Amino acid sequence: MTASPVLELRNITKSFGDTLANESVSVALARGEVLALLGENGAGKTTLMSILFGHYTPDSGTVHVEGRELPHGKPRAAIRAGVGMVHQHFSLAANLTVLENVMTGTESLLRVKSDTRAARARLAEVSERFGLIVDPDARVGDLSVGEQQRVEILKALYNDARILILDEPTAVLTNIEAEMLFRTLRDMARQGLSLIFISHKLHEVLAAADRIVVLRGGKVVAERRAAETSKEELAELMVGRRVARPRRETATPGETVLEARNVRVSSAGGKGLSQVDFSLRAGEMLGIIGVSGNGQTALAHLVSGLVRHEEGDLILFGEPVRDPSVRAFIEAGVGRVPEDRNTEGAIGDMTIWENAVLERIWSPAFSRHGMIDRGAARQFAAEVIEAFDVRGGTPDKRIRLLSGGNMQKLILGRNLHEQPKILIAAQPTRGLDEGAIAAVHTRLLEARKSGAGVLLISEDLDEVLQLADRIQAIVKGRLSPPVAAEEADARMLGLMMAGDWQQTARDTGRGFDAV
Amino acid sequence: MMELFDIFASAGLWAAVLRIATPLIFGTLGALLCERAGVLNLGIEGIMTFGAMIGWLTVYQGGDLWAGLLAAALFGGLFGLLHAVLTVPFGLSQHVTGLGITLFASSLSYYVFRLAVPVASSPPTIEPFQPLRIPLLSDLPLLGPALFNQTAPTYLAIAAALILSYILFRTPLGLAVRMTGENPHGAEAQGVNPVAIRFGAIITGSALMGVGGSFLTLSAFNSFFPTMVQGRGWVCIALVVFASWRPGRALFGALLFALFDAYQLRLQTVVGKAVPYQVFLMIPYILSIAALAVMARRARVPQALMQAYRRGER
Repeated sequence: MTASPVLELRNITKSFGDTLANESVSVALARGEVLALLGENGAGKTTLMSILFGHYTPDSGTVHVEGRELPHGKPRAAIRAGVGMVHQHFSLAANLTVLENVMTGTESLLRVKSDTRAARARLAEVSERFGLIVDPDARVGDLSVGEQQRVEILKALYNDARILILDEPTAVLTNIEAEMLFRTLRDMARQGLSLIFISHKLHEVLAAADRIVVLRGGKVVAERRAAETSKEELAELMVGRRVARPRRETATPGETVLEARNVRVSSAGGKGLSQVDFSLRAGEMLGIIGVSGNGQTALAHLVSGLVRHEEGDLILFGEPVRDPSVRAFIEAGVGRVPEDRNTEGAIGDMTIWENAVLERIWSPAFSRHGMIDRGAARQFAAEVIEAFDVRGGTPDKRIRLLSGGNMQKLILGRNLHEQPKILIAAQPTRGLDEGAIAAVHTRLLEARKSGAGVLLISEDLDEVLQLADRIQAIVKGRLSPPVAAEEADARMLGLMMAGDWQQTARDTGRGFDAV
Repeated sequence: MMELFDIFASAGLWAAVLRIATPLIFGTLGALLCERAGVLNLGIEGIMTFGAMIGWLTVYQGGDLWAGLLAAALFGGLFGLLHAVLTVPFGLSQHVTGLGITLFASSLSYYVFRLAVPVASSPPTIEPFQPLRIPLLSDLPLLGPALFNQTAPTYLAIAAALILSYILFRTPLGLAVRMTGENPHGAEAQGVNPVAIRFGAIITGSALMGVGGSFLTLSAFNSFFPTMVQGRGWVCIALVVFASWRPGRALFGALLFALFDAYQLRLQTVVGKAVPYQVFLMIPYILSIAALAVMARRARVPQALMQAYRRGER
């Protein structure tokens, strides 16, 4: 770099309790540059950016913007210095309009009247310049996630941000939205803005960044130019060892454990299911692929005993299910990894041991005469933590303090520890980093190997192709006939996900009846 | 049967509506302001009681009527400060703190009242606010006596609704308040101090509640008794939801409730012999619940209502 950096973090150290989140981290950003901060969840990326923006005060170290040191712990000072931050969880007000969200804090609180007209004109000008078009009068809660992110970026630009920090900007976006975002980011860099974005997705940092700084365990472990590195190298730098997602080995499935025949579920709010047929055998993994919002939630609920089907038959271990209940399913040996681990999978403010036994609290192993056997429950939680490598977990810690990957390992663990006969895994790796994904995949394959029938509901093509024995696509609440994984490829699955499976059969010259 | 409708044609009814509505308008605006900043203030019932007491006592001790009103605002603000300290930096449960303040303020008002005024057979009285006749306008048929022959605090209440509406929706300060009630972390990220905003909103809102209470002793009646607020504070809390957190609608809601109340009072005299009057006492509340059920379903609750704000935590 020839010119002096626009932003410089020098020797930042920050600890929370006895965890060291950042250890002597130094990063510099040049004008017009897109810098990616790559690291696994818990590597200290977000903490570092929160220090830069003044949300946290570092234990030591300094932040310099254009040569001037910023005071710690003052977001306002960061804004004034031209730093804008786009948070992972948007800091927007759902009930206010786009314009109101953008204007907040930009005028003196003592003004007798907001200058809405000037603000509107300025917003129009900024959104025009960067191609970020949003209706200024729309209520933010009515916008799509991609549009909300645009508002979040506009907010920073409106405040004259010359340095923009984006925390996991694609975590909530669809692939198309993510591509649009990266085009916008490149465009902004070309117009002289400097950007840092935080990510744990390898293809993203390679596609969008000029330079990549890799963080691991709170320290900078490497720095690479995007043009001079590769996915493999970055993966190894990020995780600290070689990671490879496991692949399934061939196996002979046993008898059918779960079967749906012409099942219909009409669910209030959200997509239902109609004419759903599938069968799941012991020791096999059935992959359900589809763009989310096509009935996956209803399907996961159906096979967990959460909703009742109105038509057709659901057959569990040879017995038709007449009066579904969650408890009956659990007692029959159905384990579940819910789609949204934060709302359905775990109760954040309860401890790890409570979460570990919650699904089976009535079991004699954990309660006697209506009293919880805390000793046994803690013991169980400790075993799960140990066996499933839940890092940073102790039985008495609140579960929300775990990272997404470790929380997911705990959820998997509490199910698999009991050797379920069926495992329902709905979007099990959503939002997880590479290391955690490999761990989850390994566990799912182990469950299959030990004879469980695994129903994998996912929108990740690679995941389904690598793990599942047979694959069905879910489109608008209907399931395609199954195809064997050996016969399927990404293109074929793509066509199936688009909905016309007869057409797919014709295009690919393959029939579905073979399976 | 016609008598039931004749009631609506009497100027007395409409004058009563505004009178009954006044404490509700102040109280609702106060609660609304707190909630817009994200804090539920169930201290309202007690703060109104204390406002009624301290306003009356100030005047009884020789103070001016306006001094009474000011004292009510001041002490309302002090209780607000207490609520703010407990709920904002300490992050205690807003429900529990609010109810605690209601119990505390109610008991304290009776205690202070008894210290100042020894038990007497009939409660001592003061000279309350007199109606202000607005020239010409008050001569209009029906509307004139109803709208333009009220006491000064009633006009003040209506003005307060308009002013609060303007502040919330037209000024940067109002936007900062609304942002804080929606997403305090977001507000902070944009350089607004959510703690300061919440303190300001709770203190100001509680002052309005105090003024609402003092109307009861300084204008509606002329003496104080400890049970006189009679659940008006709770009605205000419901009216905030009914109003979807908008001051204009709060004004409308308070007037509507007051209309039900004024109507049932007159109904008691018309058909009171056939039906026990307690039945009529229920009418405004039943109608309020019905109106609430219809209106509040579409309401957009401030997203951070009842959520403690802690810096750097999500």
